[in-house]
Amino acid sequence: MSKEQKDSGLTMLPGQLEPVMVGRRLFLRYAGAAVAGGAVLASCKDEENPTTVPSSVDLGMGDIGILNYAYALEQLEAAFYTQVIATPYTGITDAEKTLLTDIRDHEIIHREFFKAAIPVANRITDLTPNFTGINFSDRASVLGTAKAFEDLGVSAYNGAGRLIKDPNYLVLAGKIVSVEARHAAAIRDLLNPKSADFAGDDIVAPTTGLDPATKPADVLPTAQKFVQTPLSGANLPTA
Amino acid sequence: MNLFKIFSEIEQFDPEATERYSFYSRRNLIKYGTNLAAAAIPTLVATTFNQAFAQATTPPSAAAIEVANFALTLEYLEDEFYRTGLAAAGLVPAADRTVISQISKHETAHVNLLKTALGAGAVAKPTFKFPAGTFTNYTTFLATARAFEDTGVQAYKGQAATLINDKDILQIALQIHSVEARHASEIRRMQGMKGWVSDTTQTSFTQAGINLKTLTGKSDDAIREAFDEPLTKDAVLAIVKPFLA
Repeated sequence: MSKEQKDSGLTMLPGQLEPVMVGRRLFLRYAGAAVAGGAVLASCKDEENPTTVPSSVDLGMGDIGILNYAYALEQLEAAFYTQVIATPYTGITDAEKTLLTDIRDHEIIHREFFKAAIPVANRITDLTPNFTGINFSDRASVLGTAKAFEDLGVSAYNGAGRLIKDPNYLVLAGKIVSVEARHAAAIRDLLNPKSADFAGDDIVAPTTGLDPATKPADVLPTAQKFVQTPLSGANLPTA
Repeated sequence: MNLFKIFSEIEQFDPEATERYSFYSRRNLIKYGTNLAAAAIPTLVATTFNQAFAQATTPPSAAAIEVANFALTLEYLEDEFYRTGLAAAGLVPAADRTVISQISKHETAHVNLLKTALGAGAVAKPTFKFPAGTFTNYTTFLATARAFEDTGVQAYKGQAATLINDKDILQIALQIHSVEARHASEIRRMQGMKGWVSDTTQTSFTQAGINLKTLTGKSDDAIREAFDEPLTKDAVLAIVKPFLA
């Protein structure tokens, strides 16, 4: 791997704690957008449960919005696998635990990467997961959820690629999405070993050989089921 | 995954490899040609990628067409590799045929998708050669499969930025890219490896200027595995070159 490949993208300026993700001009533009987004947020209300639900989190706009979108998904995945390893399901094998610990670590690394990469002024907060529908002591429940998360992550990154303007961010998203796809295949293989499921006809279109690509507007409602914090992708790019 | 290394290892094992191995008889070539031609290309496939290429507003850039042809060349190679492997008597064990067949099906679909999209602009299928043992030794076959899949992942990833202005084509390339990663994961696990790549050539542990080692405190392997690295076109072609007759 060349130096350019490793270093493509963002730089750390001397004396700065946070890496500088965008040029100053871009940063100002996004900062301005965040202020505008704040006004939108202030007008949002959760009609059903206004007292207990935290205020809505707006992912933002432009490339930073897409990075926040990815950060939200990685937070969700990291929280899930952290719980899986903390409270292993009944009958978990050593091999399964090793594999799921690997995935946990990858997702934590992804989460921490986005956290460090997104300028703090534009970064979404730490999300509170909602895993009430998952039975962490049951293998089928855990692996079934893992499968859903990984497939969702793959299709979300695939669908977000076209919305990214900066080629450096696009390459970064590409570096992560294939790891999510590797996870998806491994989890699916755990559920049904040596079957076609690792890239099954239920997910990879058999006539085209394509994984899905899903727009943020279609991913967020699914992700929202597992996050207490209401997420808004209203300002994300759509084309 | 260094294919050159695999080959040199194979040659050490079997010094007469190149002489003894007859890659493709003319009859085989014709058979494959016919199969490809006979494979009905579903209308759906044609529309999916044709729309991306022919769609109204912006015609595909010359760069996008070049990327698609580059991808097609890799898919031709993978497609022929798996179909030949499945056809080789006694090579793929019964327990693994479902997996290998599923991968083979996808590679054929990718070839059809790209060929249809490129139409008259599609590159012709090259004549490929495979080292001795590829289709007689299952361990060698799996090692080659892993190299192809990991390289495919890296190759598509390396082309993504070139497609940044061809949105529809970019998306389809990404949709193929993640399928190759699913394949790579499965093949690696069939080899008794992890599904992810602990690539020791990546020593900086830095992504986008962020040092993940100090940031996360996770193991070196975990940091390497968490990001798949791209390969340039030239690097991919160097890997593929030995397979071109």
